[in-house]
Parts: sequence; structure tokens; C-alpha cells
Amino acid sequence: MSRRRKLLAGGAVIVATLGYLIYAGVSQSVVYFVTPSELKAQPVSGKAYRLGGMVARGSVRWEPRSLALSFTLTDGVASVQVRHKGTPPDLFAEGRGAVVEGTWSREGYFRASTILAKHSEEYKAPAPGAPAGYQELLKTLRKPQ
Amino acid sequence: MIPEFGYAAIGVAFGLACYGSVTAALGARTGRPALLRSAQHAALAIFILIVLAMALLISAFLTFDFSLRYVAMNTNRGTPFYYRITALWGALEGSIVLWSWMLALYTLIVIVRYRRRQAEFYPWVLSVMLGVLAFFLLVMTVPASPFQRMTPIPADGRGLNPLLEDTGMITHPVALYLGFTGVTVPFAFAMAALITGKIGEEWISATRRWTIAAWYFLSLGLLIGGWWSYHVLGWGGYWAWDPVENAAFMPWLTGTAFLHSVMIQERRRMLRLWNLTLVILTFGLALFGTFLTRSGILSSVHSFTVSSIGAFFLGFIALVLLFAFGLLAWRGEHLRAPGELDSVLSRESAFLLNNLLLVAAAFTVFFGTIFPLLSEAVRGVKVSVGAPFFNRVNLPLFLSLLFLMGVGPLLAWRRASRENLKRNFLWPVTTGIVAAAFFFVLGVRSALAVLSLALVVFVAATITLDFSRGIRARIRTGDRLFAAPGNLLLRQNRRYGGFIVHLGILVVAVGITGSQAWSLQGEATLARGETLQIGRYQVRFDGLSASEESNHFKVTGTFTVTNDRHGVAVMAPARKFYPQEQTPIASVDYRIGLKEDLYLVLGDFAQDGSHVTIKAHVNRLITWIWIGGLILTLGAALAVLPDRRPHRGNAR
Repeated sequence: MSRRRKLLAGGAVIVATLGYLIYAGVSQSVVYFVTPSELKAQPVSGKAYRLGGMVARGSVRWEPRSLALSFTLTDGVASVQVRHKGTPPDLFAEGRGAVVEGTWSREGYFRASTILAKHSEEYKAPAPGAPAGYQELLKTLRKPQ
Repeated sequence: MIPEFGYAAIGVAFGLACYGSVTAALGARTGRPALLRSAQHAALAIFILIVLAMALLISAFLTFDFSLRYVAMNTNRGTPFYYRITALWGALEGSIVLWSWMLALYTLIVIVRYRRRQAEFYPWVLSVMLGVLAFFLLVMTVPASPFQRMTPIPADGRGLNPLLEDTGMITHPVALYLGFTGVTVPFAFAMAALITGKIGEEWISATRRWTIAAWYFLSLGLLIGGWWSYHVLGWGGYWAWDPVENAAFMPWLTGTAFLHSVMIQERRRMLRLWNLTLVILTFGLALFGTFLTRSGILSSVHSFTVSSIGAFFLGFIALVLLFAFGLLAWRGEHLRAPGELDSVLSRESAFLLNNLLLVAAAFTVFFGTIFPLLSEAVRGVKVSVGAPFFNRVNLPLFLSLLFLMGVGPLLAWRRASRENLKRNFLWPVTTGIVAAAFFFVLGVRSALAVLSLALVVFVAATITLDFSRGIRARIRTGDRLFAAPGNLLLRQNRRYGGFIVHLGILVVAVGITGSQAWSLQGEATLARGETLQIGRYQVRFDGLSASEESNHFKVTGTFTVTNDRHGVAVMAPARKFYPQEQTPIASVDYRIGLKEDLYLVLGDFAQDGSHVTIKAHVNRLITWIWIGGLILTLGAALAVLPDRRPHRGNAR
């Protein structure tokens, strides 16, 4: 084999390896973004999803002791029960949007590994008296204990 | 008045940049020195005008002039003094101002340094740099003007993004942008080489130190960014493969490839086409990085249409690539390099392989970063590949690179003989194998960790071997024992600067391996007096307190940490509530150690202070990432010093 051929063959091997690495990487770590209706339509257990929807009112249960969190995500058509272990993130609240990452479990709920609360980056001029909530918090915390 | 003056300054500077770029090109073609002088004066005027624009912006920040939208969006009356100045580069518009200022400064340095020395390239370099400058000034005029007005004028501004109120955020963008803009100089020289047809080794020798300096700043920027992510964001890590991080990492990877491949061209006159391609890619990625980090474009293809800045940047990147690769094609027949690869077992081929791997890594990162956009555009399906993708694909690439780092510098040029292999590798390979066995006996059971650490030891052994030989050679030629190491470093600063960078990378690799393999995390809700056990630490919750700071409200938890051996520390992680933010910001408390860090993040809390949720991380060996980074930048700084060796005629 000529030197040029050898080099080309070496290059081809490297490119093929890289192609395989990327292909395997994508197929193993691709995460689909779905809505509750899309998930309910064809749930595949064990597959990774990003599920986005609104946290249904009255559905949030959090047990600080065991860090068990459960709630319902809805898109108005279908709703999905989500379970998670950990603290709810800061922006997480009923009636707000949330995106959860995790898998569909065989028992018929969504097991979330990560919760991302959605928030807007819109600029709002601070309304007068808006920080009042914090003042309240300050007061309760400063009470002699 | 500030907006009017600002707009005027930017507008005039833009006009001058266009004028200067064209005039310099005409000067190059006609050879009339008056034209060149005129372009130089234009460059000086542009610099002064940009400084003026910056001064106007800073004074607007300092006087709380909320009639400027940019000021209103990025500060408020509570923003501390220093952060009011650095808020200048807190968002897209001001970052572009900073970029232009640096580029204008670099242009002046190029004028001073190369006006006489590189008479052939210089006019074209000036023309290209002013052309790039013109683009950034154009962006500042309309699509992303920092001088846009805000009506009605608000009583108070929104405030700086609280995450940016950190010393890391003062220095990180500056370092990163010095790197991004620094790449422009080698790029401009490459273009000049293509235009003039002098595509030999001259443009590479002329810009060698510029490339190292740009690489130094990019590395420093990445390092500070990682540190910022670690101690501000409160997720316990330093690198998340976030698009913003990837944006800075890609030009670093191709820049690293370029730094290595130019050595082959200088030495063996090979790879001319490849080096030109690499410098074009690096510059393109630096532009892409600037655009990504500040535009938030990657959340969805649909946000593309929201701001015109996206179209502007992509258009310019396309134009640059078209122009550069067009020139490359035009000069195609002259690019056949005189040198040839002699053997597969040679330093050239090791460097070549290193280049392929680095470019492959850059490509993977690029692919993963834009994958969500691609998928949404092509298939209409929203998908993403997260950190697992990047880790999985890059891990084999980076381990191979680590291996090559040991092999490459000690292989002989042209053709490595059996003798050369035995002389340089017998001892390091043995050491590496012994180290692997040692780590296994020590109880390291992760195959990956053993492999990575053994590779580190192997490479360290090759470097030690080379360094000790260098010292012995100096002693033989009359150096004293204590003077020899210093002389060696200074006399061959480029070679040994490179080795020190490699050592730094090894130390970083130890930190990454350790933090990936052995870190612990725990989370618990604690009532007062209760403890969380993590690793060898007991973290006891003692109480909650609240305080009001200049621009936010702060709730601090007090925790007493005991561990079996070292007694007690009191740690105080907090949450900060900014009126302008919908979400509280975690303020991490950490104790840093060479072996491990203890890292506490305050979570949810009861308002009466009776209980809190706390996240604790024990991060192993992470400190070595910062130490390695420091070593790496020191090495780069050494390599950037002027070459002291007497010039070897043929090699240059």
C-alpha cells in the first residue's frame, strides 16, 4: 500500500469511528419533548422524555421529610401524574408552567429526575409595594425564637 | 444628550471603518503610502470614538440614567458601584461594545508592530481587521444599540442579573472576549497571505505569539467561567455542556489544534491548506460564540425571528466563511505544500492525529449544540441531547488526546526509530502500568478512573523524562545545578511553556476524574438540631436568620459541620431574593480542600425557621481543576514570551 493510501485508510477509519460515536451517542441520549397528550397517546416505559405542561391546581403534594413530591401536569386535554424526589424548584407553583425530565414508569406515572420551572425574562417595572411579601418574611424571621 | 452623542460616535466610527478597510486595500494594490496612512488615522479615530462611546455608557451607568434602555435593563439604584461599571458587559449590546473596543485596540497594536516589519501583509491585515470592526460597529448602530432610548423613563431600573454580581463575572467576559478578538489577528494574516499569494510559513511565524495569547485568554475565560458556575450557580458542578459554555469551548478546541499544526508547518512545511482552514474555522467559531453567548437563540428556532441580531450575525458569519473559503479555492493550486509525511510513526503523524481528534471533538460539540435546532427545523420534532451525549462521545476522544499528549512531543520528526521509541517510552510506559496497578491496589475500581489516572502518570513521566534530559544537557554545557531549570524554561520557552500547559491539563484531568468518580450528594429536610450525614461530615442545622442588603433580601441558614477528625466549621448558605427576579438565587457556602470540597446549598425553608431543606455535595479533587488551570495559563504565558533561541534558518 502506498503511503497516501495508508493515510486515507487511517483517516477513513477515524471518520467512521467518529460517525459511530456520534450516532450511538445521539440514539442513546436523545430526549423527546412531549406534551401530556402526546405522552398519553403512546407512552413507552423506560424512554427518556422532557414533558412540558401546566401544574394542575390543587395537585401538588410535598412531604418535606421524605422529599417526596407529586403533582399533575396538564395541557388542558390530558394530564399526567408526576413523581419526584427532592425539593420543588423556586418558581414551581400550581397554575404555572413546568418542564420535567425523566421516564414513563410501568405503573402509570412519570418519574421525574429533574424539574425545570418556566419563567419569563420579560422586564417589568417594579410595582409600588411589590417587595411587601419580602418585608413580611423578614418580620416573621426576625421574631425572637 | 448621551444617546445622541453615542449614536453619532458609533455612526462615524462605522463610516470610518468602512472607509479605512477600503482605503487600506486600495493602498495595498496601488502601493501608495498616503492611502495607508489615511487608513491608519481612521483606525486611531475609531479607537477614540469607541472609547468615547464606552465612557458615555459608563457615565450613564454611574449616574443611573434610566432613559437609556440598556442602563435600565442592567442596573438599578441598589447595584453596587463596581457592578455598575461592569454592567457595561452584562448583556448583548454592551458586550459588542467591549468586543469592538478590544478589536480596535488590537488593530492599533498591529499597526504599531507590523507597519514596517510585514510590509507585504500589513495593508491587507489592516483592511481585514477594519472590515471586521465595521461589522461590529454596524451591529451597534441599529440592531443592538446600547444607546436605545427607554420611554417612559422608569423610576428605577431592573437591575443587573443577580447571577452576574460576582467577581468572576467581572473578569470572565473580558478574558473570553480578549480570546475571541485575539483570533482575528491570525485570521487577518491568513487572509493577507491568501490575497498576496505568499502562502508559505511567513504568516504563521508572524502570528505565532498572537495565537498563543488568544489561546491563553480563551483558556483563562473558560477557567473563570467554570469557577463561576461552580461557586455561584449552586448545582455543585463546573461544566454543564450548556450551549453558552460550548460556544467558548469550540474555538478553544480548534485553536488548540491550530497551535499544534502550525508547528508541523513551520518545521516540515506541510499542512498549508489545513492550517488556513483551521484558522478560518476558529475565527468563524469565535464569531459564532460571541453570537451564541449573548443572544439566547438556542432555546428554539423560533426565537431566531424575534431579534434581527440573529440574522445579522449569521449573515456575517456566512459572508466571512464564503470570502475566506473562496480565497482558499482561488489559491487552491498554490497550496500544495512542499513537505510530505515520511512515516506513520513520526511526530508529524501524532500531531496530525491530535488535530483530527481535536477537530472531531469540536465537531461533536457543535453538532450536539445545534442538534435541537436541526431536529426542530428538519423533522419538526423537539428533541435535545444533554450532557450524557457530550460525555459519551467526547470521553474516548479526550482519553486518546491525553495519550497522544504523552506520545507526540517525544516521537522523532520524520521517522521514529526503534531506538528512539525505546529510549523515550520504555520508562514512562512502565511507570504508567505500575501506576495503574497501584491505583487498583489502592481500591480504585472504576476502570475509567484507573485508565485516566494511569494515562496522566504516563504523560507526566514523559514530560519529566524530557525535562530532566534538558537539565542534564544544560549542566553539561556549563550551567549550575540550580540555574539550569530556569535557563531551560527561558531559553526554550516555547517548548517548555507547551510542556507546562500539558502538565496543567494533566492536573485538570485528575480533578475531572476525581470529581466524576468519587463525589457525593445528599439532600434532606432538617428540623433545628438535626443533622445530615454525608461522607465523613455531620451537617447540623442551627437556625435561620434574615437580613436586608443594598439591593436584595437575604435568608441565611446556619449549619455546624463536624467531621471525625477536624472538629468544627460553621457554614452559612443563603438564599437571596431580588425584587426584580421572580426566583430566589442560591448563595452557596463551601469549604475548599485539596482532597475534597464541602458545598452547601440552602433549599426550601419554613418561614418560622423551624426547618429547612439542604443540599450537600462532597466534591472530590475539584480544587485540582483550578490549580491545573492556573498551571496551564502560566505555561501559556511562558510560551508567549519572545523566542530567545537563535533563529535556525531553515526551520523558520
